[in-house]
Amino acid sequence: MRIGIVCPYSWDVPGGVQFHIRDLADHLIRRGHQVSVLAPADDETPLPPYVVSAGRAVPVPYNGSVARLNFGFLSAARVRRWLHDGAFDVIHIHEPTSPSLGLLACWAAQGPIVATFHTSNPRSRAMIAAYPILQPALEKISARIAVSEYARRTLVEHLGGDAVVIPNGVDVDFFADAEPKEEWRGETIGFIGRIDEPRKGLPVLMRALPKILEARPGARLLIAGRGDEKEAVADLPAPLRERVEFLGMVSDEDKARLLRSVDVYIAPNTGGESFGIILVEAMSAGAAVLASDLDAFAQVLAGGAAGELFTNEDADALAAAAVRLLGDEKRLAELRERGSRHVRRFDWSTVGADILAVYETVTDGAASVAADDRTRLWARLGLARD
Amino acid sequence: MSTLIWIAVVLVVIAVYLSWTAGRLDRLHSRLDAARAALDAQLLRRASVAQELATAGVLDPAASIVLYQAAHAARQSEEEHREVAESELSQALRAVFEDSPQAEAVRGAPGGEDALGELTEAVRRVPMARRFHNDAVRAARALRRHRTVRWFRLAGHAPFPLAFEMDDEPPVALGRVPGTEETER
Repeated sequence: MRIGIVCPYSWDVPGGVQFHIRDLADHLIRRGHQVSVLAPADDETPLPPYVVSAGRAVPVPYNGSVARLNFGFLSAARVRRWLHDGAFDVIHIHEPTSPSLGLLACWAAQGPIVATFHTSNPRSRAMIAAYPILQPALEKISARIAVSEYARRTLVEHLGGDAVVIPNGVDVDFFADAEPKEEWRGETIGFIGRIDEPRKGLPVLMRALPKILEARPGARLLIAGRGDEKEAVADLPAPLRERVEFLGMVSDEDKARLLRSVDVYIAPNTGGESFGIILVEAMSAGAAVLASDLDAFAQVLAGGAAGELFTNEDADALAAAAVRLLGDEKRLAELRERGSRHVRRFDWSTVGADILAVYETVTDGAASVAADDRTRLWARLGLARD
Repeated sequence: MSTLIWIAVVLVVIAVYLSWTAGRLDRLHSRLDAARAALDAQLLRRASVAQELATAGVLDPAASIVLYQAAHAARQSEEEHREVAESELSQALRAVFEDSPQAEAVRGAPGGEDALGELTEAVRRVPMARRFHNDAVRAARALRRHRTVRWFRLAGHAPFPLAFEMDDEPPVALGRVPGTEETER
């Protein structure tokens, strides 16, 4: 099958959606499909052979933060050329509602279009205002995928219609086979994520930490991620600071080794998560998971069956749960065992087969993807709305 | 003179808008046709695999008859009874593959592994195709209820799209909807 994938965010900036697309493309290519990914990228960035650059993304303020987006005449032309050259059986657009390549591709293409909705943003004012513009583009999508039941609910509430739930994929064996590192073992707690991003929840963990370290004098906290390390431990009593170890940015291999080494992985995120891939990675590596009870997390952990949940933003609840877990070898082993059984459904072999099933369902009896001539006519009349 | 020009401009704009809306509607209808064809194909596939399993002699006679009867009815049903017949096939499949031992027994039989794989795939794809179909129905209906479409009869003689409602819950022993089921059974 000839598959075209559209990535809305810069290929050179690391992010969940980009990693998902990279892994999906790798998986599909391994299964013998022809894949081309259209992504924004700087001209100098080295790209894998299957990625086609759509030009540099422009930083613009959007939705309360500065987003790097692609739009304008040049991008639209590149999208159309890519569609024309690719002659795809199906195109798979990620985040079609972000005003970037996804929306442009939706505008410019006709034929079987699959779209994955990653975020579960509350409806923004811009979206409401843009609804009449978005609708004609979004109604071309033949199949919608939501990454979690939670994301599906928000999608149905905001845009109507329906979607199938296919979770994000993880290469389970990559994490399961990683070699644990000796210096990261022995009553260790792991945290991975941006240190200076409050939504990742490090402040909550820091508030809980004194209690945890008091009850478990041998415990240590290992933190991997970008951000100001001094500021993160500023509120912690000085003698406790040496029991917090910062690893900075880690490679994929080290991330797997870290998750493989720690006893408990803590995800204290306070919101803004639609899936929680890190929980799946931690479970794959055989770490017991303790996470805040966000909708998305509760779902990934099967409502608490595959990992423990604590009340969101409640540092005392977090401390109590962590202390209990660290002192209960049997419970840890049980969680580890359940977790590694549970994550099999998130393995690429399962997720990839499901995504292919979606492709096959929409391409059955449909013509292949082509450039939509109507927008061309519009462009010729000087009325192009993309 | 300039009034005439303005009238002409307005008429052209209206005509372009109408033709654009008609194009949108046309595309929605073809998407709907494709979705319906895909749903048909998946339902037929599921019924055929179920019938094959029922006649293969790997199930006990009672289960075979129940499954054969339901699969046969689903394939032969008239359009207006189809939703009920397909729902009954879902129920029959659930009754037969309610517990894992039955599925294991089929898997153990010669060729059973493949048949079961096909059935698992079919019961997973039917709900998918149905969601895509009903999503297309919703989009088409939303546009067809629009004033412009009604006043200018842009939909022509195309029938008003109807959703396909059925029970498509897969059997526990086969259904594996990632991320939504409980770990412990």
